Amino acid sequence: MKKNKIFISGDEAVAHGTRLSRPHVIAAYPITPQTITVERLSEMVENGDMDCDYMHVESEHSALSAAMGASSVGARTFTATSSQGLLYMAEAMHYASGGRYPIVMMNANRSVALPWSIYGDQRDSLSLLDSGWIQVYVEDAQEALDMIIQAYKIAEHAKVLTPMMVNLDGFILTHTYEMVEIPEQEMVDKFLPKFETPNKMSFENPKNLAFSSQPDDNTEFKYQQNKAMLDSIEIIEKTDQDFGEQFGRYYQGMVEEIMCADADAVLVTLGSITGTVRVVAEQLRAKGLKVGVLKIRYMRPFPEKEIMALSKKIKAIGVIDKDISFGYEGTIYTNVNSALSKANASVFKKNFIGGLGGRDITKAEIEKMFMDLLEGIDSDKPATVEFFNLKVETND
Amino acid sequence: MTNQTIDIPRVTAKNITEKEFFYGHKACAGCGGSVAVRLALKVLGERTYSALPAGCMAAVGFIFPQMAFANNSIITTFPGVASMASGIAAGAKALGQKDFKTVCFAGDGGTADIGLQALSGMIDRDDDVLYICYDNEAYMNTGIQKSGLTPYGTQTTTTPAGKNLPGTKTNKKNLFEIIAAHDIKYAATASIGYPQDFINKVNKAKHTKGATFIHVYASCPTGWGTPTHTSIEIAKEAVDCGLIFLAEYENSEFKINKNPKEFKSVKDYLTKQGRFKHMTDVDIEKVIQHRDIKWERMRRNWSTKK
Repeated sequence: MKKNKIFISGDEAVAHGTRLSRPHVIAAYPITPQTITVERLSEMVENGDMDCDYMHVESEHSALSAAMGASSVGARTFTATSSQGLLYMAEAMHYASGGRYPIVMMNANRSVALPWSIYGDQRDSLSLLDSGWIQVYVEDAQEALDMIIQAYKIAEHAKVLTPMMVNLDGFILTHTYEMVEIPEQEMVDKFLPKFETPNKMSFENPKNLAFSSQPDDNTEFKYQQNKAMLDSIEIIEKTDQDFGEQFGRYYQGMVEEIMCADADAVLVTLGSITGTVRVVAEQLRAKGLKVGVLKIRYMRPFPEKEIMALSKKIKAIGVIDKDISFGYEGTIYTNVNSALSKANASVFKKNFIGGLGGRDITKAEIEKMFMDLLEGIDSDKPATVEFFNLKVETND
Repeated sequence: MTNQTIDIPRVTAKNITEKEFFYGHKACAGCGGSVAVRLALKVLGERTYSALPAGCMAAVGFIFPQMAFANNSIITTFPGVASMASGIAAGAKALGQKDFKTVCFAGDGGTADIGLQALSGMIDRDDDVLYICYDNEAYMNTGIQKSGLTPYGTQTTTTPAGKNLPGTKTNKKNLFEIIAAHDIKYAATASIGYPQDFINKVNKAKHTKGATFIHVYASCPTGWGTPTHTSIEIAKEAVDCGLIFLAEYENSEFKINKNPKEFKSVKDYLTKQGRFKHMTDVDIEKVIQHRDIKWERMRRNWSTKK
């Protein structure tokens, strides 16, 4: 069968993924660089490509509150945001995960004010790692479309019932045009059946939801929430495999290991930077340097098992963080380091902080990171956190 | 008093359902808010989704595992009751459900302060939701702190009265007019002291498609320092002395439902409540002046036809 490929941006790919997933309700508030997604969705509702209630809410807090309301009666819902908007939703994010509403949200990763910046980094979503949402990060527009469809299947699974955030790097992915294959509706319908949940209000079986718990019960609710998130790992892997079989694109579940099998030094990436790091790694391989890339796809649940296994095979690991937890280190690094310590890994480690507020990370910078890692092997150098390509004098 | 539309079946003390939808909750004795919720749900019936933000009724009604609502009910985010209710209405409609109503029960703080933005959005979209604000004139659930609907002179835990301050320094926001300014399909004020009027208004809102709003005055013995057995009486007195008015807004027009020839004593109303006990005659005179200016304006601009 001839594939239906069109030239669209990451935002538009998300809109198509959402259309194909047939949500009943979309509630969204515009914020750069998410806007094209909600504009396209509005057009799809207007021209009849989608049978869906599009709610023009007055804020992101209301967007997610409305999505929860719709989800509480068993409707499939979608929202999308970015940066300041995501932070404005923060209360509702914990609320949605605690209420186990399997809402799917697109987040266009963007820096957080102050200073104001509409450009990309990942400080917005990483600062909400603890809000109880499954967080996946994609590398290109095709993966964005595919992950929206997968997200509904994962989030709505009876063992999971947890909201899911699909993260795209602002501008680098949201506004860059690529050839994207648009799956057939019939195939998506087969892959993603109608949303059924016992966790809803209905007139046949009235319920009081989103209640208070006492100190005697609260820990048990949170234990179950955590368990659902841990159980989702299995569902994530199964869903990705099924998707691969039906649509011919398999993303390798929690992480993608690129040239890691015999690598000495591995750079850990999240999101669109993976593409550039792949290219640099291939160039270094051609020179005989044993380097690899670990593309983390899910930050929650975290691919601990994969990182622990990898740490047994390698000698140095670097983590690129487009974020900083002020007063400590990059958040991805903290998470990776925790897995390394559980594995008692004795590897050279380094955290590279950069790409903040939309600054490009160049191939030359990435090459230097790999060289730093290779030089660190068998050296006495301590693990460091480095802001790379810093344009101010430091005393570090 | 209410401008009843003929084709709506009347609900009265004689035919109101004996079914209870809100019971077994832990509200204080004499709670006016729970009376408003109880009466409204009897009018709205079992095909009702209720949404309640953080506040007294949410706190007393949903303590796991003792759920106090017989109908589908949910606690919402504090600022998001209107948007969550809108989402419920949209979701249920998208799933093909018919003949149901979605109602919000929110306190004065949840409505006039933190929930105002979402409420404005709900009315702007004309979502099929009835929003009922039970107004006990302070944040009672958190321990009697001043809200945007706390009237002048009120002593609360954040507006103490003493040598330097009279208690609350500001007047109540004109919530009813703020809502009406959206050109909402139907809005009304009510008091649990006039239950038939309140029932009529809920009934009218129930049969109005789109966004509707009722601001109901609901006494709070705990926060007001009043005996628990006088809750209905005091909510009636508030109307009779003119500090609270009964009115409607529909077809882009305001209408006063109860236009007393003579007001009962404001001083009597105030001095029997602990929250106003400290008020001097000068302060009470300020309250009366504010009432008179408001009523003069209302009578001049609003319809007073029966």
